[in-house]
Amino acid sequence: MKLIAIDSSGLTASVAIIGDEGLTASYTVDYRKTHSQTLLPMLDEITRMTETDLSSADAVAVSAGPGSFTGLRIGSATAKGIALALGIPIVEVPTLDAMAYTLWRAEGLICPIMDARRQQVYNGLYTFRDGEFVTVREQRAIGVEELASELNGMDAPGGVILLGDGVPVYRELLDSLLEVPHAYAPAHVNRQRAASVGALGLLLLREGITVTAGQHTPVYLRKSQAEREREALEKKNAGT
Amino acid sequence: MTSNTDTDILAIETSCDETAAAVVRNGREILSSTIYTQIAMHTVYGGVVPELASRKHIEKINAVIEKALADAGLALDDIDAVAVTYGPGLVGALLVGVAEAKAIAWASRKPLIGVNHIEGHIAANYIEHPDLEPPYLCLVVSGGHTHLVVVRDWAEFEILGRTVDDAAGEAFDKVARAIGLGYPGGPKIDAAAKAGNAEAITFPKAKVNGSAYDFSFSGLKSAVLNYLNHAEMTGETVSPDDLAASFQKAVVDVLCEHTMLAAEECGIDRIALAGGVSANSALRTSMERACESRGMKFYVPSPVYCTDNAAMIGVAAWHEMRAGRFSGWDLNAVPGLKLGER
Repeated sequence: MKLIAIDSSGLTASVAIIGDEGLTASYTVDYRKTHSQTLLPMLDEITRMTETDLSSADAVAVSAGPGSFTGLRIGSATAKGIALALGIPIVEVPTLDAMAYTLWRAEGLICPIMDARRQQVYNGLYTFRDGEFVTVREQRAIGVEELASELNGMDAPGGVILLGDGVPVYRELLDSLLEVPHAYAPAHVNRQRAASVGALGLLLLREGITVTAGQHTPVYLRKSQAEREREALEKKNAGT
Repeated sequence: MTSNTDTDILAIETSCDETAAAVVRNGREILSSTIYTQIAMHTVYGGVVPELASRKHIEKINAVIEKALADAGLALDDIDAVAVTYGPGLVGALLVGVAEAKAIAWASRKPLIGVNHIEGHIAANYIEHPDLEPPYLCLVVSGGHTHLVVVRDWAEFEILGRTVDDAAGEAFDKVARAIGLGYPGGPKIDAAAKAGNAEAITFPKAKVNGSAYDFSFSGLKSAVLNYLNHAEMTGETVSPDDLAASFQKAVVDVLCEHTMLAAEECGIDRIALAGGVSANSALRTSMERACESRGMKFYVPSPVYCTDNAAMIGVAAWHEMRAGRFSGWDLNAVPGLKLGER
């Protein structure tokens, strides 16, 4: 089985080709150029470099959210276009699940955080229990202070490992709030990686957990500002 | 039947609130044109919400493309090139179409053609008018644009005049909201005006210092608002139909006058209309009459090709293709893309 994997959910643009024989190619760039300019040229580069026959791909794995709304849609539209052209399905991999899976069999509670603005992060909590990847908390948008107090109340013998682009933003605050042992993952494993999306995607693909190219849409975990404002207004009007 | 000499382009358009795809043969023949309109969703907000538009595009785009191919009776393998609108428009909305088109073209090893949305509107005229060729004068009027353009060649545009404030379509939307007609303003005002008296109220015609061809609609919009306020204060009843008809006449008059002035001064006798506002029945009629009385030839697309669609993008793309202009995999959305810019 072979997957084309894509992650453009955050600042990092990342693509990979992964299959039964292993990781054929992976290319990750964390640079302030839009994903629209980088993602497809990167994919073109790795498939040419590795002489990959696109028709040999069984599915496209995409980091399906949460993340930057626009970034997610660039990744999703790219995945949907490739899947449409090749007539293959899409494997939707939750963004934070894939980030946590990068730290395979790490001891402790794996805590990826993505900056979601408004003093919130996108986060999920994960651990490896008897070698098995376990989701302790499904991905959500959560206040940084609320997350810290949740972590303080949890039994995490191996401590907490934090990663993600929320770390540089909230590290000081977290250091002051966290009462449990915690550490920050180093640069080679602390951001989104398409290789992780692909590795986790392969497990889902083998279980037959896929969607059609038409069905796939990203998971935002947040409503648009216009919807939030409208709902707040309706609530206010209903109250008076 | 696809013959070897036919060129079939799959075109994609997501610059605003319509998710659209089409298959165009040889730059003139529309094999299919699919439009998923989001108007109902945006109506409750009184206008297009960019984030919601983008979310709807990603949800619908594959179904729209697949329907366009099916309606054309073609498979993706039969397609010769993939075209997409890359600007101007809402950046988040544009990016969905651009990323999707690039991925399809890349994975199916086909050339990619980025198309300017406004040039697409102009090219919509070629669909039903095989005799139309540059040079000609084109008035482009839509929700975001008001341009008076000499189309010198297929991809060469000389802008004679433009709006200095609101676009014509924007004025329609704002006035429709003020009268209580709702969104989208263009068709609502057009319908109301049919029942109203266009001579009921005289609104001022805005003159723009410096250029005889430039437009200004913000003063007219204010005049309508002032009229409404004044009527409210004095307890006068206002007929929305009369107001709509009088406002529409003021817009249409100035659009026609400037176009005729430009045509006469430039010595051009072929006039075309383009853009969403060219679906307006009063504008179509007035411009046609103005052209007829001067012995000029008048061109306008059917209303369905005036508002946003992908067929027009496929037509414009064919001219890009003939000129040997293709896009790379790094094609980006350019929300402020100018007419003629490459």
